[in-house]
Amino acid sequence: MTDKIPVTVLTGYLGAGKTTLLNRILSEPHGKKYAVIVNEFGEIGIDNDLVVGADEEVFEMNNGCICCTVRGDLVRILDGLMRRKGKFDAIIVETTGLADPAPVAQTFFIDENVGRRTKLDAVVTVADAKWLNERLKDAPEAKNQIAFADVILLNKTDLVSAAELDEVEARIRGINPYARLHKTQRARIPLGEVLGRNAFDLDRILDIEPAFLEGEDHDHEHGHDHGDDHDHHHAHHHGGLKHYHDEDMQSMSLKSDKPLDPDKFFPWIQDLVQKEGPNILRCKGILAFKGDDQRFVFQGVHMILDGDHQRPWNKDEKRESRIVFIGRNLPGKTITEGFERCIA
Amino acid sequence: MSETRSDTVSVVERTRAVAAGGAVVGAHFLGRTAVFALGEEALVFAEPDGEERRMTIHGGAILASASDGARIVSGGDDGKVVTTDIGSSRVLATDPNSRWIDHVALGPDGAAAWSAGKTAFVQAKEPRQFEAPSTVGGLAFLPKGFRLAIAHYNGATLWFPNASQAAPERLEWKGSHLGATISPDGRFLVTTMQEPMLHGWRLIDRQHMRMSGYAARVMSLGWTAGGRWLATSGSTQLILWPFHTKDGPTGKQPRLLAPAEPRVEVVACHPKQDIVAAGYGDGMVLLVRIEDGAEILAKRPGDAPVTALAWSADGLLLAWGAEDGAAGVVNLG
Repeated sequence: MTDKIPVTVLTGYLGAGKTTLLNRILSEPHGKKYAVIVNEFGEIGIDNDLVVGADEEVFEMNNGCICCTVRGDLVRILDGLMRRKGKFDAIIVETTGLADPAPVAQTFFIDENVGRRTKLDAVVTVADAKWLNERLKDAPEAKNQIAFADVILLNKTDLVSAAELDEVEARIRGINPYARLHKTQRARIPLGEVLGRNAFDLDRILDIEPAFLEGEDHDHEHGHDHGDDHDHHHAHHHGGLKHYHDEDMQSMSLKSDKPLDPDKFFPWIQDLVQKEGPNILRCKGILAFKGDDQRFVFQGVHMILDGDHQRPWNKDEKRESRIVFIGRNLPGKTITEGFERCIA
Repeated sequence: MSETRSDTVSVVERTRAVAAGGAVVGAHFLGRTAVFALGEEALVFAEPDGEERRMTIHGGAILASASDGARIVSGGDDGKVVTTDIGSSRVLATDPNSRWIDHVALGPDGAAAWSAGKTAFVQAKEPRQFEAPSTVGGLAFLPKGFRLAIAHYNGATLWFPNASQAAPERLEWKGSHLGATISPDGRFLVTTMQEPMLHGWRLIDRQHMRMSGYAARVMSLGWTAGGRWLATSGSTQLILWPFHTKDGPTGKQPRLLAPAEPRVEVVACHPKQDIVAAGYGDGMVLLVRIEDGAEILAKRPGDAPVTALAWSADGLLLAWGAEDGAAGVVNLG
């Protein structure tokens, strides 16, 4: 469905520059109209016709799963906004600095009425180059926002030295190597880099190689062997870029060039997200099943999984299955072993 | 695809088409005049003499509307509560913070209620307000005693606006409650939930009722004449819960009628007989007799989803409206 209205979620810790980015989006001469859902209504100056105040009400679903939540206010507001369909091209949700992006994202998967008419485009996180390191130590929300992001603006780079910038970038990559990272000042960025990303479109899941190797030619597979035995917070250099492993938030990627057995894979992934759902922030994957000429793609937010056949494998394409997880204290060994048992 | 129902008795040819000119979000009758609430700004009146006229009543989206047959009360994203009768409209209230008016309800003796965010308001002789623990999901007046049921997160509250000493009664049930309705005899409160299910309370002893099995969130529900059945959307069948015994639907199965491939989007119960009009996601409207499941086709499938249905008080006119701005009045007299 192409007529679904795209929704961009803008997160970031207090003072990182969310509002600057939002005002930039609204004021540039792009000819597009945005409906904006903000918190702290009335406190920040936003010059836009369609601004709605939200309450950030996180509601648990009545299914016994504590990580299965929706933003109740968004369910209501999006329903109301869609009555004015045609008056705007896209919706931007600005969250408070302390917000967890997961309930916002889950709302689009859980509420059918929302999912039928709007689609989540991307989670964009604005991070403060000067203060992010500190926030990663003392604010779990800041770490969640980095881990959850599809696009990260490392903002206010003019306030730090080159060495400090490398350091904070490496910290971000230690948590989330998959997001697109842009270094900005005053949130100055081409809008195409933050809007219209289709990051939650199953057809666009493909690009799940770690982005931090972009422009570098060595072959370091991140997320290998994330057992319990690696040192925390060690930095090691590869081609000039430091690698950090965050104390509790990691990503891991798994690969197999042998086809998987769908009758083993689906029960395994369901069971995994049932048990580890609260810790798994996001996952996505491309799968090659035995006897199946179609690529299968999936993504997940905590316990919610969404997947479908995407297209036939091309003749010259390597039939390889790849999965990535971003989460907290991921049981690396268990996940790796479980995945290997899914090989047909 | 839906069954074509080519053999079904049809009253489609008795339809008078109405060009609503915008997505229809509500349908009501003021006497024999069908009134369609649009997603934005206006009401469209389809007069019995064939005339159509449009009245702009809000400065933006119309988020909610309700009618008691004498007037229509609506809430908008312009922060206004508007009351409209056959000839004119006036603003009943304006939210001081320009908050959206999310829900409206009409009660006995001309009482009106509305909500903006967490605050519920009533206007009878004088305005009063109540702060709910979370955003109000739905409002419904009890038939007697000037009491308002307010659905919210983790339950509902029964509020007596005129009894400032009486503490509001809290009815607990975990989860997000998004809509509220009271049975015509005032014995049962039923809420629609964020999950695809309903929750009910028998008010005399607060006995819980869980009504589940839906494919989607229930967006539309209504009581049949005399409150014998609660008809609901949210499934590929019209689902009717029995409420004619003292226990309500507890321990009973619902009646499932009029199956079709697309889901039932909206229901409207005939004011006098045990007949329900059901509007489907493919544009079909069926009149369904509960007794034997007999169906009459009132609108053919193949169009945009039906989003609003209403019966005239005499049960001879059925108004329907659709997401694409199509609308009609079927004359069964």
